[in-house]
Amino acid sequence: MTDWMTEPANWAFLVVAIPIVISAFRVVTTRNIVHAVLFLVLALAGSAALFILLSAEFVAWVLVLVYIGAVVVLFLFGIMITRAPIGYETSLDHANRLPAVLAAAATFLLTSWLSIEAFGDREISNVGSPTPTEIIGVGIIERFVIPFEAVGFILLAALIGGVTLARKDLTPAEEDEASSV
Amino acid sequence: MILNQFLVLASLLFALGVYGLLARRNAVAVLLSVELMLAAVNINLVAFEATLRSTFATGQIFSIFVITVAAAEVGIGLGIVLMIFRNRTSGNVDELDLMKW
Repeated sequence: MTDWMTEPANWAFLVVAIPIVISAFRVVTTRNIVHAVLFLVLALAGSAALFILLSAEFVAWVLVLVYIGAVVVLFLFGIMITRAPIGYETSLDHANRLPAVLAAAATFLLTSWLSIEAFGDREISNVGSPTPTEIIGVGIIERFVIPFEAVGFILLAALIGGVTLARKDLTPAEEDEASSV
Repeated sequence: MILNQFLVLASLLFALGVYGLLARRNAVAVLLSVELMLAAVNINLVAFEATLRSTFATGQIFSIFVITVAAAEVGIGLGIVLMIFRNRTSGNVDELDLMKW
């Protein structure tokens, strides 16, 4: 443990990890849903900082662009459009939270026990030099081109599905009116 | 840095996501908890990639795929929540009992 504390990267890890845990806790416990979204921003920014610490810079900036840039804005729009309760709200949680606490504790204990059993004190080797984006680009196009195409198809389907779900269904009379304009 | 500090942090994030998924009533808040769980998976993938150093940076590529799928999931999920609000004027998941008997 004393060896662990002397390494500067571990101090950086702690400085990032403790705010991540606190803000993730606030995401699932706060009574104000807008605050929950903003705490999610904090948690995601912290995980982007962890990615930089793990020399995955491209993934870190993709996370910032896609999550903090797009997904969070989508969430805020969703909250406003769906008239979700903005402001202090007591009915955001179920009345009985004990099963959720038990399930979460069991998940945490099982997965962390398994990873400690499996990996022990295994060191992360040669962090520090960032992964060149070229390697990721070549990997996507050469080795993982079929998953790449599948993900593109998923995005297209989500786009069409989102438009279809969110548009207002017109009655036949309204359709005639819309087409005559 | 050891691998396990990242894995334990990710499992803590995942457990918080599980708690939120089960304890929240509001559908938008449930989707927020799913995002937490996906972030935990991303931390795992990147930490394993930093340890194993594959030739194609597989862990990083798949975390990008996870981010993409999460974006699609939020789009569809919020569209569904929007429809539910429009039809039932409530976004609480325990009031969606149409398929229960």
